[in-house]
Amino acid sequence: MTHPNETKTAQPMVMMRDVEKYYGTFHALKNINLTVAKGEKIVLCGPSGSGKSTLIRCINALEVSHGGEIVVAGHSLHNDQKAIDAVRRVVGMVFQQFNLFPHKTVLENCILAPMRVRKLSRAEAEATARKYLERVRIGDQADKYPAQLSGGQQQRVAIARALCMEPKAMLFDEPTSALDPEMVKEVLDTMVSLARDGMTMICVTHEMGFARQVADRVIFMADGEIVEENDPENFFRAPKHQRTRAFLGEILAHH
Amino acid sequence: MTLDFSVVTDAWQSLAFGALGTLFLAIAGMSIATVIGVLGVAILRAQMRVPSFLVTAFVEVIRNTPFLVQIYFIFFALPLAGVRLNPTITAILALGLNGGAYAIEIIRGGVESIPTGQTEAGLALGLHKHEVFRFIVLKPAIRAIYPSLSSQFILLTLTTSICTSISAYELTSVGQRIEAETFRSFETYFTLTGIYLVISLATMWLLAEIGRRAFNYPQR
Repeated sequence: MTHPNETKTAQPMVMMRDVEKYYGTFHALKNINLTVAKGEKIVLCGPSGSGKSTLIRCINALEVSHGGEIVVAGHSLHNDQKAIDAVRRVVGMVFQQFNLFPHKTVLENCILAPMRVRKLSRAEAEATARKYLERVRIGDQADKYPAQLSGGQQQRVAIARALCMEPKAMLFDEPTSALDPEMVKEVLDTMVSLARDGMTMICVTHEMGFARQVADRVIFMADGEIVEENDPENFFRAPKHQRTRAFLGEILAHH
Repeated sequence: MTLDFSVVTDAWQSLAFGALGTLFLAIAGMSIATVIGVLGVAILRAQMRVPSFLVTAFVEVIRNTPFLVQIYFIFFALPLAGVRLNPTITAILALGLNGGAYAIEIIRGGVESIPTGQTEAGLALGLHKHEVFRFIVLKPAIRAIYPSLSSQFILLTLTTSICTSISAYELTSVGQRIEAETFRSFETYFTLTGIYLVISLATMWLLAEIGRRAFNYPQR
């Protein structure tokens, strides 16, 4: 007899089967099959327009898929609001443009959703917020407004804001692409430490150093399809497909 | 022509009360207009067919008919349907509805100027659409269009003079009475012009001050 907890841990965090997505007549995702286990770290890469962002945005239903099945933390996403709420409740997201709320202080950014969605009291939400702001080493900026912070600091606040919901998985959509080069490291360091703590992570990024360091699997996409996936070691050493090699050639040429 | 301003200085108390009446109509009208503006945009955003149609129809009817006709309609036509309102209530209602229709259009523009990333961040955190509107989009949206909303409200303040047509108590009606009693048209309307200018500038200052306090967060 299996213990109920065992079946739960065996359940994947994300399961996508035969997922299709169209923007009008443009076929953005083609037959996507992807399973992400609890605790797994996935790096998604590929040329722009290849569908990587669309893919992770389907996971928390910011995009609606048009075929196939998506199950996240046991909830099947079928455009019913209850399942969408349940998924967003347990999946955090970090965006390329940070998307902090400009009219709220760092602390207010971090307590809004915990109070409205998790129904925490203000005191509980603030305690949680301070804990995660410390965690991303920005606790001393709690009373500033987003516009008063550097890009790197803003992105770390965005990570803390997502963590305040105590998610089971985190989606990162090119989290360092909008940053000045000198600020990339502080954000990547935060992500690495999150990975070390066992967070399930799906990251769209071209930071190949990060991929080598933390990814369990690297997935390469092109034209809406998953072209190749492998562990980072083999992915970088021996890419199988011509398109992967061409992409890596371009990305790594300057490193 | 000899000018005799004693007719207006003698009536300073009436003029002062008239000015207060005008200010009261303007502030009450602006308050209602703001509420209608925000609610109207919230209804449009909910994308439900019938309520959205009603809001759009309301905006089009108000924006494409004269204010004088609107206020007459409320004052003279509604009693036939059993709704009888006193002049002051009628004036406030008419100003609020009229200003509200313009406020809907202006605030809608502000909401559309907010990057979709703001909404997505809210949704990704598990907030519902109405919470995203209320807590995330609304304030920056109003900040973005606050100058246009302010000019609309100055216009509303000056429009209160039309309320004299239903004998609402405000500055122009006081002026008309003084003129009727003294036949001193120039002195009367010269003075009214000055008082309206002061009221207008004071309203502008008040709105700017409200804006400065409400939107005190830094922007890049």
